[in-house]
Amino acid sequence: MSFKIASSPHQHNQRSTAQIMRLVTLACLPGIILQAVMFGYGVIIQLALAIITAWCSEALILRLRNKPVLARLKDNSALLTAVLLAIAIPPYAPWWLIVIGTAFAIIMVKQLYGGLGNNIFNPAMAAYVLLLVSFPLQMTQWLPPLSLQSISLTPLDAVCSIFSQFSCSGFSLSQLQSGIDGISMATPLDTLRTDLNRGLTLDESWQRPVFFAFAGTGWLWLNLAYLAGGLLLIQQKIISWRIPVAVLGSLFVLAAVSSLASSDTFAGPLFHLFSGGTMLAAFFIATDPVSASTTDKGRLYYGALIGMLVFLIRNFGGYPDAYAFAILLANMTVPLIDYYTRPRTYGHRARSELK
Amino acid sequence: MSQVKELTIQGLWKNNPGLVQLLGLCPLLAVTATVTNALGLGLATLLVLLGSNVAVSLVRNHVANEIRIPVFVLIIASLVTAVELLMNAYTYDLYLSLGIFIPLIVTNCAIIGRAEAFASKNAVLPSAIDAIMMGLGFLLVLLVLGAMREILGQGTLFDGADLLLGDWAKALRIELFTVDSHFLLAMLPPGAFLGMGLLIALKNVIDNKIKQKQAVEKGSIARARVTGAAQ
Repeated sequence: MSFKIASSPHQHNQRSTAQIMRLVTLACLPGIILQAVMFGYGVIIQLALAIITAWCSEALILRLRNKPVLARLKDNSALLTAVLLAIAIPPYAPWWLIVIGTAFAIIMVKQLYGGLGNNIFNPAMAAYVLLLVSFPLQMTQWLPPLSLQSISLTPLDAVCSIFSQFSCSGFSLSQLQSGIDGISMATPLDTLRTDLNRGLTLDESWQRPVFFAFAGTGWLWLNLAYLAGGLLLIQQKIISWRIPVAVLGSLFVLAAVSSLASSDTFAGPLFHLFSGGTMLAAFFIATDPVSASTTDKGRLYYGALIGMLVFLIRNFGGYPDAYAFAILLANMTVPLIDYYTRPRTYGHRARSELK
Repeated sequence: MSQVKELTIQGLWKNNPGLVQLLGLCPLLAVTATVTNALGLGLATLLVLLGSNVAVSLVRNHVANEIRIPVFVLIIASLVTAVELLMNAYTYDLYLSLGIFIPLIVTNCAIIGRAEAFASKNAVLPSAIDAIMMGLGFLLVLLVLGAMREILGQGTLFDGADLLLGDWAKALRIELFTVDSHFLLAMLPPGAFLGMGLLIALKNVIDNKIKQKQAVEKGSIARARVTGAAQ
């Protein structure tokens, strides 16, 4: 038996960083599998590219910084960043997109700030914003879900499309993007946004095939899968419930109030919760232990801020979905939030009681 | 002679206005999207700096200390106006593409900084040399940053050089590679900040290497530290 001399808190979770990161990655799996089944196999190839790039760039920069390479690679944090970025970008985006994005995330956003634990911004989201700002066309080429695709893609076609932007049988990406009726399709959020800008009402836009039940075809199931993974993480006490609940809660309340006020121009709360990257962002990205707020009260403010920003950008901003921007903006406020929400030290009285 | 050498080293490397003093960041970051723009603004700044340093050095003994700053600003502003009119007349397209950043040379802290720190205390000739070296140092940083951003953003070098140098300069344009989609970030302001940060880091790395090498050559022995925090 060995005596461990450790500082407080003495009762803590025995999981190592590597285990936590691995569990978070595993919790993404239902969503990834569903995405591969419903949106084509592109996501698997993107994942492979992203993970290889992440490991290579992490190893390179660790060598440059004279740090132990293998020990740091084993903490799986680069793996998680790569996975989150790969599932956030369109599955059939060209291969160099994910390579540039992952390398930027690891080298610029994570390692240049001092490595894991020192980065102010979420690496995956900063890289997503870099890609969205630099390559707006490639970053919005989402194919419709398989059930709506007019040309079905084999796994080999996915490889061809990612590396040459043409499927093996010679269809271009914009041809693949068109639905059964031959009209090019966008994501539900994008479609709704375009329609509302054109002056259609919500009900008119709702007739399009990309919508299903109360959300988008395919996207509803994808969000449910990430919700399931996220609930597992909360049950395993890997993430605190506060951030996801605050994100979803503030988005829900704002969407509900606005859609009650004007039901023709604002989508309902359930549509917002189950569209785009809502569940993925709320449970997997906003809860990043490094760049998120660390106090209990702070987490609620931080999550609510993200939900509010998402609502504002989705409805009034220039982009159809907004998690990357919302999370980066909220990351900036984290030092301030943490400063003002420091918990009371045990044995000290609260400031209000001092008077 | 040694003063010339010292001024050269100070201006181009040790005290470079772009990389060390970090003066004039606004034009440095805003106009370096292409080499041509960088060259145009760098030359304009060099010209103004030379003129202002010489003028300030000439009047340094006749201006009361209390009003020296307004006088310096007046000198610089009139020189910038002259340069602006010259560019308007002879390089009109470049004048349009640089836009507000030509009049903004007035506010470039590198110029008033040199006027206050050097020209107001030194004779005409050293002031002129200092101006040329500082201007060249600034120009070089602009050029490197411009080249980095232009290569990353468009895959070209000296695109539009004819705007500055006349029709023959069209031959200068080098097409390094062609891509369907440009790397927009390099052309946008964040790209300028990232590039600038990398350049400063590179300079620090080189400086450290040189310092280490000199320490080894001198054979100095670092004393083992027994108390206090280790560095």
